[in-house]
Amino acid sequence: MSKPSSSPQKVTSRRAFLQGSGLLLGFTMLGAGIRPGFAAAEPVEGDVTAAFSPDAFIRIDSDGKITFILPNIEMGQGTHTGEATLIAEELEVGLDQVKVVDAPPNDKLYATAALGGQATGGSTSMRATWESLRKAGAAARTMLVAAAAAQWSVPVAECSARLGVVTHQPTGRQLAYGVLADAAGKQPVPTDVKLKDPKDFQLIGKSLRRVDTSGKVNGAVIYGIDVRVPGMKVATVAACPVVGGKLGAVDEKAARAVPGVRDIVKLDNAVAVIGDHFWAAKKGLEALTISWDEGAHAKLSSADMMATLKAASKNKTPIMARQEGDAAGALKAAAKTVEASYELPFLAHAPMEPINCVVHVRADECEIWVGTQVPTQAQGWAAQVTGFPLDKIIVHNHLIGGGFGRRLVAESVGQAVAIAKQVSYPVKVIWTREEDIQHDLYRPAYFDRISAGLGADGLPTVWIDHVAGGSVLGNYIPGGWPQDKLDDDAVEGAAKPPYDLPVIQVDWVREDPPVPITWWRGVGPTHNVFVVESFMDELAHAAGKDPVEYRRALTKNQSRAAGVLELAAEKSGWGSPLPAGSGRGIALHDAFGSFMAAVLEITVSSAGEITLDRAVVAVDCGITINPNTVEAQIEGGLIFGLSAALYSGITFSNGRVDQSNFHDYRILRNNEAPKIEIHHLKSLESPGGIGETATVSAAPALANAIFAATGKRLRSLPFDRNQLKSDGADKTKVSMVPPLAAPLLAVLANSKQRSETGIETDVEAQ
Amino acid sequence: MIALTVNGEDRSVDVPDDMPLLWVLRDIIGLTGTKFGCGIAQCGACTVQLDGQPVRSCVLPVASVGTRHVTTVEAIGATPSGKKVQQAWLDLEVIQCGYCQSGQIMSASALLERNPDPSDGDIDAAMSGNICRCGTYTRIRAAIKQAAKA
Repeated sequence: MSKPSSSPQKVTSRRAFLQGSGLLLGFTMLGAGIRPGFAAAEPVEGDVTAAFSPDAFIRIDSDGKITFILPNIEMGQGTHTGEATLIAEELEVGLDQVKVVDAPPNDKLYATAALGGQATGGSTSMRATWESLRKAGAAARTMLVAAAAAQWSVPVAECSARLGVVTHQPTGRQLAYGVLADAAGKQPVPTDVKLKDPKDFQLIGKSLRRVDTSGKVNGAVIYGIDVRVPGMKVATVAACPVVGGKLGAVDEKAARAVPGVRDIVKLDNAVAVIGDHFWAAKKGLEALTISWDEGAHAKLSSADMMATLKAASKNKTPIMARQEGDAAGALKAAAKTVEASYELPFLAHAPMEPINCVVHVRADECEIWVGTQVPTQAQGWAAQVTGFPLDKIIVHNHLIGGGFGRRLVAESVGQAVAIAKQVSYPVKVIWTREEDIQHDLYRPAYFDRISAGLGADGLPTVWIDHVAGGSVLGNYIPGGWPQDKLDDDAVEGAAKPPYDLPVIQVDWVREDPPVPITWWRGVGPTHNVFVVESFMDELAHAAGKDPVEYRRALTKNQSRAAGVLELAAEKSGWGSPLPAGSGRGIALHDAFGSFMAAVLEITVSSAGEITLDRAVVAVDCGITINPNTVEAQIEGGLIFGLSAALYSGITFSNGRVDQSNFHDYRILRNNEAPKIEIHHLKSLESPGGIGETATVSAAPALANAIFAATGKRLRSLPFDRNQLKSDGADKTKVSMVPPLAAPLLAVLANSKQRSETGIETDVEAQ
Repeated sequence: MIALTVNGEDRSVDVPDDMPLLWVLRDIIGLTGTKFGCGIAQCGACTVQLDGQPVRSCVLPVASVGTRHVTTVEAIGATPSGKKVQQAWLDLEVIQCGYCQSGQIMSASALLERNPDPSDGDIDAAMSGNICRCGTYTRIRAAIKQAAKA
């Protein structure tokens, strides 16, 4: 079985498989959403059982143990804490009284409606469960209170619940939830429940302690990569380095001689070595002599792909995303026109936990231990590879060491099962970091042309945004995506910018790259808002206006956008003087149901090096479930986006990914992180998503700050520091390494070199 | 057989001399708190302490450890600095996915052990070899300062 790829030649089988297993992820736009399992009481395979199991999410045992089965996976974003808070608020228990577990694979009970299947992504978790999980908690509490009232033979109205105990108010009699569990289970499940008024919230809105972190300070938490089962061996794998290529001949002799190597397993497009431990597997893999059938993409390069994208942008007929007014006419009538084009690269996810999966394929069942954002898809892959029915595929989900979209696809589970199928014992497959970066499914590259006409007042009379890039949805969903139909993700963040624009046209040219693509933190808006907000800045400068003043004039009918704009401007000291070489940039956007304005303050040296001095972020994300988590996601999301804007880009030469590890796919380091201040705008709107919101702000705020500091407009990511050198500055190449990190990286590079010599004796961390 | 002292316990492991300490800890001894991130000393997820000094165990051949005591995240809470760092990490909610945090905590506790009152520059020097993909850097800095005061 080959590792499925999305190259045009191979996509059919993958899509057929996805259809066959009835997976629906991405089906929202096809109108096939599934309702979450509120009040569903049917048993779940692998589920936690208890005396009181009123729905898919809550279990209360007679001994008082309370378990929440949470529909969304924890990968650092705080979802377990947030979702547990929603249930606990209405169930009337404290988070410290509860154990949380991941839901087993079950699309029927644990689907995220917006994603059409059981999945964690798109900043949807809290939005999707905001009502359903509170209702689940309220229904269970109603049943517990009713059981207590029946036992006491008193009216329900005389009873109240608090911290897992029901109290009969007139007499002070009390019964704990555990004692009531059996009787509560016999109460009817209420069909409708009244939820608390927000002013009565006890937990929601408070920065409760995270439920997932106590075992993360002492190594106790078991991520997928940490799983050890009896008799397990460890494998590592090399897939064909060329996109879409196949495995040719393999000379195994030297690998077989490596102590600890047990088996060598060939797949259609990859080879794996299995050993007693990872080191044996890795040494064995390195000892193989492999020839590859490189296939059709042996000459593929990112330069060629960008040239194809540019040609498509000009020559192909676009699909209209939004059209209001006569754009061509308005452009002709404009006092002034401005146009620009922007380029964005492919991006890898590079979560800290490399891809891994433990699999045991037995005679008639398959057991899997993995951290995945899509447990039912993982199950589907295993069913396809083994030929076993879904109920013979047992999936244990684990905390994830960083997802960012990478684990929204489960193709690597399919590969691991294909390897494990060929041996009798359980296997833990671990990808090296090199394999992880070079065999990712990438955020697509984009080429966008944008133009505007300005009126006499300098404000836009017309706005035209031509987006060009691949369809992530087309690469993802069963049956692909019709060629003539809009993929909303491609224009999300472009189609509805939070501005009063009288005439607007946004269209998309679809040009699917031959490399596999998927969602990446911030999805559509991370790409589009960079273009929209950079260009909005360009318009302000073209009109001779201050960038905040300009946006203010365009948000008169956009109250939430205007709110965060004003707050960010005020808190950042917008307009106050900065030293020469320094500048402030702002980015304003509306994505995932949240509004954000971010001001970035930077300094650019004469050599073109960028220092991130300070970030001030204003956010309106509706009702805040956990303010501390919101702030953590903004801090982390911003740094994630800044990393990409400063350093990240996946390029291809001769069909191969040029980058391989953190030395050439750089991640922002601690010494480079800006100070970050976050200001909340109080709101009673429903909660918005927050896991990706600040990632969206990063690149445009930085582009605009660079312009403010240097007068230079960078329209291509990642930002090329060579273009920022002052005239007369040293013309030697500016590295992508800032001054503070350079000595450190020299130490690290040195340690790497020493390790590669094989005579290394001691590598000091610093 | 190679003799090691790990978290105060004497161990004897039958592995190749060039096997990095990381894989001895994870795959042989079963201490999985120390993480694999890059394999080339670029990310710091594998940081452990040798006689209190932070080292990248992914490139450290096990035969070179010698008599030096290996301390991993599972035991760092038994040291005064480690305990303060763990507490500050929880109090300031530093952690998101947590995968890099074993290494962050090992680097931070080694820093505080040798420098009880680190400046921002000291923190830069000690902590910039540890990548956090979730971007918890500002909280790591704040937590080190809080632990220093504890």
